[in-house]
Amino acid sequence: MIINWKRLSNIVRYTVAYAAITHCTFEYIGDFVLCKGPSMEPTLFTDNVLVTERLTKHWRGYKPGDIIIAVSPTNSKQCVCKRVVAVSGQEVRIAQPRSVANKTKPAMIKSYVPRGHIWIEGDNKDNSCDSRDYGPIPVGLIRSRVVYRVWPLADACGEL
Amino acid sequence: MAFRFFAKSLLYGLPLGITFFDCVGYVARVDGTSMQPALNPVADVRDYVFLLRWGNHNSDVERGDIISLVSPKDPSQKIIKRVVGLQGDVVSTIGYRDPIVSVPQGHCWVEGDHTGHSMDSNTFGPVALGLMTAKAVAIVWPPERWRLLENELPRRRAPIQVAKTSHYN
Repeated sequence: MIINWKRLSNIVRYTVAYAAITHCTFEYIGDFVLCKGPSMEPTLFTDNVLVTERLTKHWRGYKPGDIIIAVSPTNSKQCVCKRVVAVSGQEVRIAQPRSVANKTKPAMIKSYVPRGHIWIEGDNKDNSCDSRDYGPIPVGLIRSRVVYRVWPLADACGEL
Repeated sequence: MAFRFFAKSLLYGLPLGITFFDCVGYVARVDGTSMQPALNPVADVRDYVFLLRWGNHNSDVERGDIISLVSPKDPSQKIIKRVVGLQGDVVSTIGYRDPIVSVPQGHCWVEGDHTGHSMDSNTFGPVALGLMTAKAVAIVWPPERWRLLENELPRRRAPIQVAKTSHYN
């Protein structure tokens, strides 16, 4: 069997080069994310495909109202998709911790988001594990900002 | 012609280099005295460490590893610390607001070796493992400092139940 070494080396070279370009695009510019779970309903539903971008942190920073993808603070192998409610220095209202037996409505107390942290919540307040459970998360955990929904096509929309 | 060749090389070379640094590892300078004596033992002489990213999937970090992580207080800054406790460990703290801390799920307790001169978990509490970027494996520069970094944890800093079991064995 004759192997065309020149052709083979060309194929390998182009594969490696394009793999590297793809890696850089997805890692530094933006990528596609498949959304799972109910915590962002009625905005995002399970199996929606989202376009996210990673340039925001360099020129704009994250603002309240942005939808972001972050590494889960309780499980580093998992990502969560939530909405930014408050950034560092802003005020949030949190339910005062109380025992399960106490059925009365929880008292809300004021709290401030510490430096370098961000407060995230799901849109589906009743079915979302977010900053109300684990507190503010470090900005370093945020991976990207959601800009666009591409799938399903009928719901594809601009400003999320 | 020369310019076209240069532009083309840059177009392919730059992503290749970035991908290599992202996937395999890179060399970084250590600033500050917080990891004395393991790193920067002499003031004014900066150590360069090789930070390994290959095969680091956040979960296989062990107690005693030196890791680099994004600072929880300032996302533009990276810090290098030693892992003292993993999730579920009970750590006795040095100057933190609680004398004893149980490290929550998905977090770790990091400390600099230079106790009292280090901005570490004793200041900001347990950190999420997702902030970890790489594991420091070797000192590569200056040449007389060349060595692999050992996974070592001072016995007095071992988490409480670990210290107990090793005592009885």
